[in-house]
Amino acid sequence: MEKEQDSILDEVTSGEYKYGFHSDIETEKIQKGLNEDVVRIISAKKNEPEWLLEFRLKAYRHWLTMKMPVWPNLRIPEINYQEIIFYAAPKQRPALNSIDDIDPELKRTFDKLGIPLIEQAHLAGVAVDAVMDSVSVKTTFKETLAEMGIIFCSFSDAVKEYPELVRRYMGTVVPYTDNFFATLNSAVFSDGSFCYIPKGVRCPMELSTYFRINAANTGQFERTLLIADEEAYVSYLEGCTAPQRDENQLHAAIVEIIAEKNAEVKYSTVQNWYPGNKEGKGGIFNFVTKRGICRGESSKISWTQIETGSAITWKYPSCILRGDNSIGEFYSVAVTNNHQQADTGTKMIHIGKNTKSTIVSKGISAGRGQNSYRGLVKVLKNATNARNYSQCDSLLLGDKCGAHTFPYLEVDNQSAIVEHEATTSRIGEDQIFYCNQRGISTEDAIGLIVNGYAREVINKLPMEFAVEAQKLLQISLEGSVG
Amino acid sequence: MLVIDNLKVAINGKNILKGISLKIRPGEIHAIMGPNGSGKSTLAAVLAGRELGVVTGGTVTYYGKNLLEMAAEDRAKEGIFLGFQYPIEIPGVSMVNFMKTAVNEHRKHKGLDPLSASDFLKLMREKKELVEIDSKLANRSVNEGFSGGEKKKNEIFQMAMLEPKLAILDETDSGLDIDALRIVANGVNKIKRADNSFIVITHYQRLLDYIVPDVVHVLYDGRIVKTAGKELALELEEKGYDWIKKEVENNILV
Ligand SMILES: Nc1ncnc2c1ncn2[C@@H]1O[C@H](COP(=O)(O)OP(=O)(O)O)[C@@H](O)[C@H]1O
Ligand SMILES: [Mg+2]
Repeated sequence: MEKEQDSILDEVTSGEYKYGFHSDIETEKIQKGLNEDVVRIISAKKNEPEWLLEFRLKAYRHWLTMKMPVWPNLRIPEINYQEIIFYAAPKQRPALNSIDDIDPELKRTFDKLGIPLIEQAHLAGVAVDAVMDSVSVKTTFKETLAEMGIIFCSFSDAVKEYPELVRRYMGTVVPYTDNFFATLNSAVFSDGSFCYIPKGVRCPMELSTYFRINAANTGQFERTLLIADEEAYVSYLEGCTAPQRDENQLHAAIVEIIAEKNAEVKYSTVQNWYPGNKEGKGGIFNFVTKRGICRGESSKISWTQIETGSAITWKYPSCILRGDNSIGEFYSVAVTNNHQQADTGTKMIHIGKNTKSTIVSKGISAGRGQNSYRGLVKVLKNATNARNYSQCDSLLLGDKCGAHTFPYLEVDNQSAIVEHEATTSRIGEDQIFYCNQRGISTEDAIGLIVNGYAREVINKLPMEFAVEAQKLLQISLEGSVG
Repeated sequence: MLVIDNLKVAINGKNILKGISLKIRPGEIHAIMGPNGSGKSTLAAVLAGRELGVVTGGTVTYYGKNLLEMAAEDRAKEGIFLGFQYPIEIPGVSMVNFMKTAVNEHRKHKGLDPLSASDFLKLMREKKELVEIDSKLANRSVNEGFSGGEKKKNEIFQMAMLEPKLAILDETDSGLDIDALRIVANGVNKIKRADNSFIVITHYQRLLDYIVPDVVHVLYDGRIVKTAGKELALELEEKGYDWIKKEVENNILV
């Protein structure tokens, strides 16, 4: 009976990756490997100002002194940085005036991914910045947003057009010395999105960046910088996919968020990088540093992530709650199937008074997947009346996968109230049979159960993406049953 | 509609069902009684398509088709419903969502369009009233935190929603107080039509005061050792199972 159960679970949990195609787009690459010259070449290709080159070089020199972190609960194969190409860009990188200027193949690629680069009616509520390999290829609704003073553009454009803003904020939340992968990113980052919401403005549409790795043997190193000035509000979403390849590809990104007084930022991620095949060959190494600071009082930063892709995920979207009464939230669903590994969680650093944080983490493991939650709640001496509520749930499908929880707690103020709850459950054969008996197929049954389990997090996503995320969850756990 | 012929099932190498034959026509109510461990739940589960153990012999024909070859969900969509002896909890899945998926899968199977949200809620309301189930239950997760009695009533509610041709109720009456028992029995009687059939598995005669069977079978040690009219249930209630066991041991080995 157990065998049968295993084979059912095997079948349903061996879904195929739907975005594994590769597009034939003429790409400009630099030679592989990393040294100071490569850093200079990247900077030169982007016509960067001197201060930015200096920033990169400082980071690069610092990186040479660092070692890969060994504390995550991950088995990471050795990465040879001399085999990676650190800059690749679709060749036709025109100054885009109209949609017709875009390489048709590039346009088709994004269409295939369901990301229209045209400002289409049905996505009217969403502005998109599309990033392919190392560069941003198109940002939609730029003009509409500009009328309200909102800046939404590629990071490279921001460096050219708003150098003071970039210089003022970049590296203030994630310093170039922060950690091995953040430091690497600081040296070689290519592109990404930049967003500034001025004082008192509520951004009227979802902003989203869509990341696509296309070229082989390249690494992707984007930086996103998001600033919400006083009383501003923005909801931001990023999505990611990559072609199916046998070799691993490195993705090491940085996201920095700054929320000033009374500002609110919602940052949502639907991460669907290629996870590797069923035997664990290939897939993206997703080593990302995401951090936000609630600088002003009563500001709020909320991270929501649906992590279904990548061979290895290492990321801890965090909040520094510096302003009094500020709020940090982290809602996460992380799926590991087949041979995927994830070590993900958050850090909530309470500095200001009456700061509040909420952590809801839902891990789902199937196949031989290994899923670890790692979370730090730190309450500093002056953070009177800080509150944290953490809930970490694990759902297991089958008996070859694993779930692990590593909560860390550092409290230096007696008035803090910190609560932690954790549960582990399993989708049982009896639950699936109960559904079958009501006419629901095993695939749909797993979909129902998983989506029920993840609903609390999915509900936090912008509506336009909740349905997508729900489907994605099901697909990433499903296969060819029936 | 259902013909079971000499069905034999072994679980982990142990023979549990040792040659069961049973014929059910549209509109009939069959009661199956018998002591604990005699194989009643196993029979119900095998008919519903649960993969326990192996069928070592015999056939089951349902409307002319080989039932044993059909997947559990197809059997359900073809009209077989199992009321579980121990209904399963599915945390996080709301009854509404669960039932909507089930009802629409049944409709798809019949070539019908899915019900609109409002039609579905209307259907749900009707059936809730029909089986007198507390309407709050329908807003909770499937069976999660339900009392024993609530779980059983929820099975009857699901049966009412899905309108099966053949409903197998596995000890739906066990553990119910007399009010709940009456609700369950009334539910069955309201759903009963001229062309749908029931297999009612029970320990107690008292349920059969409300649901009047056409035939009563006694299942003992994997075999049907006695079949008679509804008066058999009364006899069993009075004398217990010992006389049946004796009869079996004394030669009438079927
Ligand atoms: N999964 C199983 N593994 C081994 N034996 C089982 C299993 N399920 C049922 N049995 C055995 O089959 C016999 C019949 O059980 P069951 O069908 O539950 O009887 P009833 O419903 O009549 O009380 C019992 O001896 C029981 O121990
Ligand atoms: Mg039983």
